[in-house]
Amino acid sequence: MNKSDYWKENLRLVAILLAIWFAVSFLFGIILVDTLNVIRVGGVGLGFWFAQQGSIYTFLVLIFVYAKKMNTLDRKYNVHED
Amino acid sequence: MELTTLTYLFVGTTFALYIGIAIWARASTTSEFYVAGKGIHPVANGMATAADWMSAASFISMAGLIAFNGYGASVFLMGWTGGYVLLALLLAPYLRKFGKFTVPEFIGERYYSRTARVVAVICLILASITYVIGQMKGIGVAFSRFLETDYDTGLYIGMGIVFIYSVLGGMKGITYTQIAQYCVLIFAYTVPAIFISLNITGNPIPQLGILSTMAEGNTYMMDKLNLVVSELGFNEYTTQVLGSKLNMFAYTLTLMIGTAGLPHVIIRFFTVPKVKDARATAGWALVFIAILYTTAPAVGSMARLNLMNTIQTGPVGEVTANIEYENRPQWFKNWESTGLLKFEDKNGDGRIQYYNDKNADFAAKADSFGWKGNEMVKVDRDIMVLANPEIANLPNWVIALVVAGGLAAALSTAAGLLLAIASSISHDLLKGIFRPDISEREELMAGRIAMAGAIAMAGYFGLHPPDFAAGTVAIAFGLAASSIFPALMMGIFNKKVNRTGAIAGMITGISITMLYVFQHKGIMFIPGTSFLGDMSPSWFFGISPNAFGCVGALANFAVAIGVSKMTAPVPDHIQHLVEDIRIPAGSGAATEH
Repeated sequence: MNKSDYWKENLRLVAILLAIWFAVSFLFGIILVDTLNVIRVGGVGLGFWFAQQGSIYTFLVLIFVYAKKMNTLDRKYNVHED
Repeated sequence: MELTTLTYLFVGTTFALYIGIAIWARASTTSEFYVAGKGIHPVANGMATAADWMSAASFISMAGLIAFNGYGASVFLMGWTGGYVLLALLLAPYLRKFGKFTVPEFIGERYYSRTARVVAVICLILASITYVIGQMKGIGVAFSRFLETDYDTGLYIGMGIVFIYSVLGGMKGITYTQIAQYCVLIFAYTVPAIFISLNITGNPIPQLGILSTMAEGNTYMMDKLNLVVSELGFNEYTTQVLGSKLNMFAYTLTLMIGTAGLPHVIIRFFTVPKVKDARATAGWALVFIAILYTTAPAVGSMARLNLMNTIQTGPVGEVTANIEYENRPQWFKNWESTGLLKFEDKNGDGRIQYYNDKNADFAAKADSFGWKGNEMVKVDRDIMVLANPEIANLPNWVIALVVAGGLAAALSTAAGLLLAIASSISHDLLKGIFRPDISEREELMAGRIAMAGAIAMAGYFGLHPPDFAAGTVAIAFGLAASSIFPALMMGIFNKKVNRTGAIAGMITGISITMLYVFQHKGIMFIPGTSFLGDMSPSWFFGISPNAFGCVGALANFAVAIGVSKMTAPVPDHIQHLVEDIRIPAGSGAATEH
């Protein structure tokens, strides 16, 4: 149980969450938007929906998942505050 | 009650509230002036951060840009929210652990260099002032409509109010005021959106309204909008891009990393009690921001639909299907008097034709109707949100509420930014470097003078803003993205980046971005001094100046890492400092050095 393991686990978590961050915005919202727009949600294409709605909801989930996982990690490596 | 009376009442009441809170919580010590003690709960801090964050650009300008750029404006929606993910995951907890007051303080200490600190201060001031120019544009628009004057007069009055308002309090006053401002602005934004969504689609939730069918008939609302705009030669709403896909990618990335590099937002994370709270605060801030940002696409699209339907009342091409200028609605007249909306009867038929005359195919068709060009010669995008409730015929109190909300948004951000400017001049430059023996009183005074100077400068540029409010603000993000964010991120995640590397990186990043902006938008944004036109053919790979910050940021990273490899390694005690920042344990309160 040392600090460098803590840091490595932290980096891995950040990498996974940032991959999702990239996927919902840049990938679904911009790069693949036309392909995804074939699928329709209500009156709009799925790509359009991700660009104007879905990405924002995902961002929210990402931050709270990160906060929760990091709190657990802090305790696991005993580096939490007080 | 009459609209003017109601507007005075709403604006007056809310202002009295803010000023009351500011006086009640007036900062007396420097530490209170910069960061509001430590006792702020993450939810409250998140709300204040949201108010700080959502400025005239978000409130007044963004939905207008969405209305006219459709899918293309997604860059603002993703860019200004996705940045919080970067902030929460890459910066906030570590900067809190570091426990100082300002961003340049972190950079100065991590890169063990006064020069680095001064460079950071300069970058920060450039980004913040540009940002305040964007706010001034929004404030000018709101005041000119509210007081029924022209734009310039509205701007001067707005400057005076910002001055009185932000020079009074410090961070402590601002935090509580901003919570009040958040409540006002979010209420003002969502109420008309709910009304309009209900009118158009029958669904009271705007986020679902844009996915629903029209209240009458089975057509989806977005399909209807696509049809209405393309019938008049405009690009299809849900597929039109902003420049190119590459430009949209760069634009979004710039806004995201700029978000994580803007001092007035970062400073918020110094004020939470614990590292744990810094992570949560970013999440709560985004919750409060997302309420507005997920509503904005509805506000934008429905405003566009209402606007088009007001002017083009029947089938395209029928003579009587265009509204007569004499019978134009009251909101049209009101905005004409601000100079932000202009009509010119090109074919002299007394009716308004609003269409895309840049579209050659449609222009030919329009010619056959006897139309002689688009007659809505000026529709400033920044008026859309304020005009929206009037266009939709909502009750007067809703319109008054929106004006109060717009002013709340602009004021809260302007105040937060001015504070960041003041603290970097008085705390980082004066106390940190040039006059370490300065007294608290003098430091506070210097901060207030710096604020006044910044307001005057931003007001001057606000007379001829380089872009719409949101566009101007985007330039500020580009500057922050290319200078501050890489220095902070490398400071935490790369122990090998040294003093020389960081300084060279920041200077390279901001210079590249600024030169690119100036060569297309004019030197110091002065019209006519741009030596390459502000037109897409002359853009580097079609990337617009507003979106160029990410290129500057890449250069910053590359130069900093490259130079660090060639120069003296980072001293041991700094490497230990970085290791210490990486773990939450042992974080104290923010301290003086």
